[in-house]
Amino acid sequence: MIGGLIALLRRDLGLLLLGGRRGGATLPILFFLAVAMLFPFAVGPDAGLLSRTGGGVIWVAALLAAILPLDRLVEPDIELGFFDQWALRGISEEWVIAVRMIAHWLSFGPPLMLASLPAAALLGLDEASLRTVELGLLAGTPGLAALGIIVAALTTGLRGGAALAGLLVIPLAVPLLVFGAGSLAVGGESGLALTGAVSLVLLAIAPFAAGAAIRAARG
Amino acid sequence: MQECRIAAHDIACRRGERVLFRGLSLALHPGDALHVRGANGIGKSSLIRILAGLLRPFAGDVARSGTVGLIDERHALDAHMPLGRALAFWQRVDGPADNEIARLGLSHLLDVPVRYLSTGQRKRAAFARLLGQAAPIWLLDEPLNGLDADAARLGEALVGEHCAQGGIAIIASHQPFTLQGMGRLELAGFAP
Repeated sequence: MIGGLIALLRRDLGLLLLGGRRGGATLPILFFLAVAMLFPFAVGPDAGLLSRTGGGVIWVAALLAAILPLDRLVEPDIELGFFDQWALRGISEEWVIAVRMIAHWLSFGPPLMLASLPAAALLGLDEASLRTVELGLLAGTPGLAALGIIVAALTTGLRGGAALAGLLVIPLAVPLLVFGAGSLAVGGESGLALTGAVSLVLLAIAPFAAGAAIRAARG
Repeated sequence: MQECRIAAHDIACRRGERVLFRGLSLALHPGDALHVRGANGIGKSSLIRILAGLLRPFAGDVARSGTVGLIDERHALDAHMPLGRALAFWQRVDGPADNEIARLGLSHLLDVPVRYLSTGQRKRAAFARLLGQAAPIWLLDEPLNGLDADAARLGEALVGEHCAQGGIAIIASHQPFTLQGMGRLELAGFAP
């Protein structure tokens, strides 16, 4: 069982990490940077306005970037029959999802935090805001990863599942966005703590919610 | 081979609004092989999935002891990966068992990405995955589809050896499947 999970994690990392076949990391990061780059063009070179709104823009861009890889998270493995074969070997959907959540977060959480450095420079964020944004992303991206997996599993097999997944993630991610971006406005730790709390709740329910969705899709 | 047994008691299968079959019971013991026959759409694949525990029967119950190996039309091999690596993933999951690559005629294909393989070659790769799993209960859904005459004989021989070693095999196929002492089950007899 443990050996199987390690094999699973290796496969997931190979598929999802930078340069992986399901190219989880590259495209969302480029998309994230593109949004951060476009924003100053759109609102003009007012440094004060940019640094005041920049943190929020980074959060919105991060949320939108998290939507991009959703259709490749669960559905291909169902279509190829992997979930059936794992189930026969006693590897439950919950374990598979828990492992995939780790791989998915590694493929977009840390790269997003790295990409926030040039994004912060483009938006003229000061050092304190950048630190809050980075800490907020550290607390919030695991929640985004968990949410993405839940929605990807729920919409699998539906016509237009990818577009629907995007639409479903946005309202569900509002608490993360409110607390994460909100921690910038008051400059307090409470926002970060609440972001982390929302993430933990999502991480805890994701394997069970996604696992149940995958089993239901089998019928 | 570990002790194995599979029994279904009075199972029925419903897909959507339609009952495909009902009142079906079977019991297989080590060394038994069963050929489930019937026309397209009669519920052969559903029966296999119910026996594998992947689909809940509409009525009745299934009892199994021993792990199940399954071949169906989805081979669970990553399309972009070279065949050797795609099979190596399952060997890491299943542990080191001989998957008889050479006998299946796959030795020279290990570097070829799975998506470039033909239907028959993929089916043979699925047999390699199945052999590597070393499961005592084999559930095979149309295992000979896409195989040429030689490979089909090999498939039959592999099932024969598996049963001779005390395994169980259930084969759902509309094609003939030649194996001595094999039971037959006409699914049409259980249609409502």
